[in-house]
Amino acid sequence: MAATGTMRRSFGSLAFSISKRAFSTSPSPVDANGLKSMNLFSAINHALQIALESDPRAYVFGEDVSFGGVFRCTTGLADRFGKGRVFNTPLCEQGIVGFGIGLAAMGNRAIAEIQFADYIYPAFDQIVNEAAKFRYRSGNQFNCGGLTIRAPYGAVGHGGHYHSQSPESFFCHVPGIKVVIPRSPKQAKGLLLSCIRDPNPIVFFEPKWLYRLAVEEVPEHDYMLPLSEAEVIRQGTDITLVGWGAQLAVMEQACSDAEKEGISCELIDLRTLLPWDKETVEASVRKTGRLLVSHEAPVTGGFGAEISASMVERCFLRLEAPVARVCGLDTPFPLVFEPFYMPTKNKILDAIKSTVNY
Amino acid sequence: MALSTSFRSNLIKPLTALTALSSTQHLRRPFSSSVDDSTALTIETSVPFVGHKCEPPSRNVETTSKELLGFFHDMALMRRMEIASDSLYKSKLIRGFCHLYDGQEAVAVGMEAAITKKDCIITAYRDHCIYLGRGGTLVECFSELMGRQAGCSKGKGGSMHFYKKDSGFYGGHGIVGAQVPLGCGLAFAQKYSKDETVTFAMYGDGAANQGQLFEALNMAALLDLPAIFVCENNHYGMGTAEWRAAKSPSYYKRGDYVPGLKVDGMDAFAVKQACRFAKEHALKNGPIILEMDTYRYHGHSMSDPGSTYRTRDEISGVRQERDPIERIRKLILSHELSTEAELKNIEKKIRSEVDDAIAQAKESSMPDPSELFTNVYVKGFGIEVAGADRKEVRGVLP
Repeated sequence: MAATGTMRRSFGSLAFSISKRAFSTSPSPVDANGLKSMNLFSAINHALQIALESDPRAYVFGEDVSFGGVFRCTTGLADRFGKGRVFNTPLCEQGIVGFGIGLAAMGNRAIAEIQFADYIYPAFDQIVNEAAKFRYRSGNQFNCGGLTIRAPYGAVGHGGHYHSQSPESFFCHVPGIKVVIPRSPKQAKGLLLSCIRDPNPIVFFEPKWLYRLAVEEVPEHDYMLPLSEAEVIRQGTDITLVGWGAQLAVMEQACSDAEKEGISCELIDLRTLLPWDKETVEASVRKTGRLLVSHEAPVTGGFGAEISASMVERCFLRLEAPVARVCGLDTPFPLVFEPFYMPTKNKILDAIKSTVNY
Repeated sequence: MALSTSFRSNLIKPLTALTALSSTQHLRRPFSSSVDDSTALTIETSVPFVGHKCEPPSRNVETTSKELLGFFHDMALMRRMEIASDSLYKSKLIRGFCHLYDGQEAVAVGMEAAITKKDCIITAYRDHCIYLGRGGTLVECFSELMGRQAGCSKGKGGSMHFYKKDSGFYGGHGIVGAQVPLGCGLAFAQKYSKDETVTFAMYGDGAANQGQLFEALNMAALLDLPAIFVCENNHYGMGTAEWRAAKSPSYYKRGDYVPGLKVDGMDAFAVKQACRFAKEHALKNGPIILEMDTYRYHGHSMSDPGSTYRTRDEISGVRQERDPIERIRKLILSHELSTEAELKNIEKKIRSEVDDAIAQAKESSMPDPSELFTNVYVKGFGIEVAGADRKEVRGVLP
């Protein structure tokens, strides 16, 4: 198993600092600016607390959530807000989402958890056929805008076939829902609060690799980050890199390495995949003339394909090289071969170089 | 917490039947050395069966001394394998998700005793011991667990995905409840083949609440399929106690129009009797549900310590009162089929068998990296598979 050990991602410093420290339940000190050091799952927990506190009609439910959930995101919520507002459901994903749609249709904020994104498929029908089209087909009489579906996605190093998938692109093909993926604790809190309060049904994928790994100074107060607005997290002039979620930490490392070789990379966190911020990406591609997209999901039919096609439509004459896609392989998510499957730093670095030297 | 107390005491039903053994032969029985392997015995199940829309089978189970000793050996082997897997996981030789079966061995062993390898079994991810029961070897198990070539799925599946086609074991499925409709498909094919075989579709008490289970039940009943729905009720769907997740935790009744039988899943003989009964029933009348009242000692998976949602007293209580292996041990001793020392010896031998298998499995190499691209599609499409980096990682599908 040496390969797994050496191929494990080591995270450098991104716009946020990632350290391998273990999670401690003792409260971290809050500094004068109201910032508190938090990992990703605590930030999610914090956002859920605020959502429940600020809206008496908000509910959190899903498999094992009243015990804190398998990733501890809902720790303490049932004790604090009561079993009437934070509750377990049976193992029935289709039921969970359908229930959430009904709850939201009555004007409530339904915050549903699907334990792993890999388990979301039984609920696919409810999301695609019921949630996404409710407003449209009822001529705006009804909607389930208060629905937010949270699900941990992505690799964790040893998750195997059914605890590692990145299904975001399936949902990006569905007008009527929004798809949001945060990259860090601070982003997660702000984006999740926006999603919960947004008047549209939203699928919110959380990078499970970062739940404990990513630690950042997170504001204590209630704040929201805009949806459908990408963020340039690193300025550069030679090539634009677009990604989301956990992949950004890998891309950031590739950018740093490329910089040492004299290549200036601009890195964009898309944050909202549907509907996505084409303008920010376009402006960047117009500046750099090159584009690389990277995601963990298999390359074929991944959301990278959509970004690539859109940019070719919008700035074909400005492109100086084909759009590069560094993604997962076209295989089921493997168990022992995860290190080969993953779009690692070196694969990205190679693609940066070959795109720039095209 | 009156609720939890009554619930706990419900789980720990003393094996009163042990003191009221129904065998009349054991008084004149000589010691093991001279016991005839095929000596017939009748053993009474620990508790009566409870039927739903069917007349439950007799509590008196026919067996032989050979079978009794065989049960002991097989269950002790399963137990040891799972304990060894636990330490291999903790030393990071097993990666991925790993769900252990210790505590539930009587279901795997009793079921096999009643059916043939032409009958099919399909289960979820707690599959190591079912695989062993179907005739798999320890080396294949450990190799698969550690992702080695010698594994039963060539190291590509891991803990949750064991398969054995030659003895009708259809795996090994990762999504809760998803294997049950597949079981109906198997049963339909069996009905066509007219070879008097059945399918055991296994699921847990958590999966019992999935919608597709009811879809499968309805189809099986409509088409009179020889499908046996085996609900291994270990009382916790991950961390959620059955009564928190199910309005009616009487899973044997949840088929409504489908008959059911509640079975003490900690008693290998009760399981055997129930499975034999169910097979006959299914071939004649269509589907039936068997609810196996059992218990897992480990947590749901390796990341669950298994002690936050239930008390240590409850776990040790079940171990003391209902352990499937101890039950068989007591039966063997009370029938004087073997001595305590001989049984200890068997366990010692098993321990070294398991250690040897682990050593052998460690010798097996990891699958070749080209295996990453195999088995995605079948041969003959000539499709080129490319990775993210098309220049470096590519291969043609064989």
